[in-house]
Amino acid sequence: MLFKKPQVAFYPFMVLRDDYKCIRCKSCVDQCSFDATYYDEDLDMVLNRHENCVNCKRCEAFCPTDAIKVIKNPSTFHPDANWTAEALRDIHTQMLTGAVILTSTGNDKPIRNYFDHLLLDACQVTNPPIDPLREPMELKTFIGRKSDQLEFDEDGISIKTTIGKQLELEIPVLFSAMSYGSINLNLQKAMARAAKEFGTYWNTGEGGLHKSLREFKDCTIVQVASGRFGVDLEYLETSAAIEIKIGQGAKPGIGGHLPGEKVNEGIAETRMIPVGSDAISPAPHHDIYSIEDLRQLIYALKEATNYEKPVFVKIAAVHNVAAIACGIAHAGADAVVIDGVRGGTGATPKSLRDHVGIPIELAIAAVDDRLRKEGLRNEVSLIAAGGFRNAVDVLKAIALGADAVYIGTVAKIAAGCTQCQQCHTGRCAWGITTNDPKLAKRLNPDIVAENLYNLLRAWAHDIKELLGAMGINAIESIKGNRLRLRSWGLTEQENKILGVLPAGM
Amino acid sequence: MSGKKRKLMKVYPIEENCISCRYCEVACTMVHSKSKDPVKAYKLENLLPRATVEVKGAVSLSLMCRHCKHPFCFDSCISGAIQVDEKGQVHLDEEKCVGCWNCVLVCPFGAAHPYIREEKRHSFKCDLCGDRGFPACVEACPNKALVYDYER
Repeated sequence: MLFKKPQVAFYPFMVLRDDYKCIRCKSCVDQCSFDATYYDEDLDMVLNRHENCVNCKRCEAFCPTDAIKVIKNPSTFHPDANWTAEALRDIHTQMLTGAVILTSTGNDKPIRNYFDHLLLDACQVTNPPIDPLREPMELKTFIGRKSDQLEFDEDGISIKTTIGKQLELEIPVLFSAMSYGSINLNLQKAMARAAKEFGTYWNTGEGGLHKSLREFKDCTIVQVASGRFGVDLEYLETSAAIEIKIGQGAKPGIGGHLPGEKVNEGIAETRMIPVGSDAISPAPHHDIYSIEDLRQLIYALKEATNYEKPVFVKIAAVHNVAAIACGIAHAGADAVVIDGVRGGTGATPKSLRDHVGIPIELAIAAVDDRLRKEGLRNEVSLIAAGGFRNAVDVLKAIALGADAVYIGTVAKIAAGCTQCQQCHTGRCAWGITTNDPKLAKRLNPDIVAENLYNLLRAWAHDIKELLGAMGINAIESIKGNRLRLRSWGLTEQENKILGVLPAGM
Repeated sequence: MSGKKRKLMKVYPIEENCISCRYCEVACTMVHSKSKDPVKAYKLENLLPRATVEVKGAVSLSLMCRHCKHPFCFDSCISGAIQVDEKGQVHLDEEKCVGCWNCVLVCPFGAAHPYIREEKRHSFKCDLCGDRGFPACVEACPNKALVYDYER
């Protein structure tokens, strides 16, 4: 600790090492990308710089003799409900750096998770449950604009009505936008492969589409964000759908900044910017200041792609999300994507991540309600994002009114992520949110693609089991079916917003 | 034999996948120990790995005996400890070895290592886990950076 600012001594995590079990293989030294572990030749010992440890648990996972445990520093500040260790450390950081505190992943504050307060229904006696292993069960979902009504030919049988292009999902789960730059190509490859194999979609994020991923055209959603990185006609055409990104749940109202040092040749080529230049996404789209402007961009993209691609618009769940979503529907979008307060990111100011936006559960309910009231629900699909952890969350979201769900953090966790909140440093020890060649190769796309496929398969099974218990044989029948939900421990007002009855009623 | 592919299986490292975690090293040491316990293998039996991870910047790979078609180690061995069997596997008999380090010197891959303890002095190298049937390093590798395959 000598020659360091005293505040650095109050580090949050420690690496405990059982010296008897340590065989000096130095795996941990090599695996640590935060310089928290080193080998001392004179002492013949592996030692730690605890103040650098971020609790990513890479060393712990790769210690072949289980000699390492990363723990919370048992030395605590004086217990105080207001002046928590986090509050104190944040002050230390800002006092030493004079800067905004950057962080990553999703909101880690105990904001009420409404999914945990919702309960699903099941069939007993009067209506039979269905066994999904014996009877057909459909999870197929279509995303896109549906027509107001059906028109028939004179014969009264053939349907005259045609509908626009739809995305066909085998499971109402898509991989959410994570750009090449914020994550590396290996994870994008893995997501693309898993999506293709399972019959769902992955999203390029705002960083363009690398040429090696063009073969996944039919399961790719390409994003157009305020920085317009990598956008040209070929990009728009190499897709199944186009998504206009207005906002992100982890940082509503602000743009993005990929530092120049992270912009290597691959990223530069894909984003169409010079190597080493900062990739800055402005907070607003400089050509969108109204719903009419948004409509112009939507139709410019449709026109450019010959009306063959559905266009989504993604916004963060903010206070008046329902009205904004209606505007987006009026503007001609085929789907509205709403990213809740728990949505993840590769880099965001901590104050924004933790304090801006509203939970996705409330946003889904509010938007679905409003769209129905305005008679617009059939014109847009509603995709929810931000903090979905498992198949049950997905099903509850669909019962609240979503058509499908985006998962990002889950994909990252399936690739090894331990949620250490260091994505913004570009030093991810698990090789996910880094483009350092030594670290990026820790993520083997072959292995992760298989893991992601398994995960989707498991979730599909889970959803089918739950649907079966409710006596429903198609995901369509639970969509917006809030009667099959009950809440517990919520206020009357919360129940009203969610549109669910309390348990017992 | 020259010109024709041998029907020999050996371990191939895949550099792009190697994450220098050293699982191969530890697995190797463990399965070649009496205790079959990694801690005891290193600390009580003083064993060393036959596969070694070489790291330079972003490049890393696990290195072990290539079982060459024309093994220099075989040519240089003065005690007859190194033999090539009919499949082409290169065997090193640690009992016969006198520790002259000729093989260590001539191996172009650095895959033969010297072992020096008070009572023992011999070289050692990858034996493809002959007793085990399948190389432990390949089984241990968490990132598919080692494959056990026919000679290419």
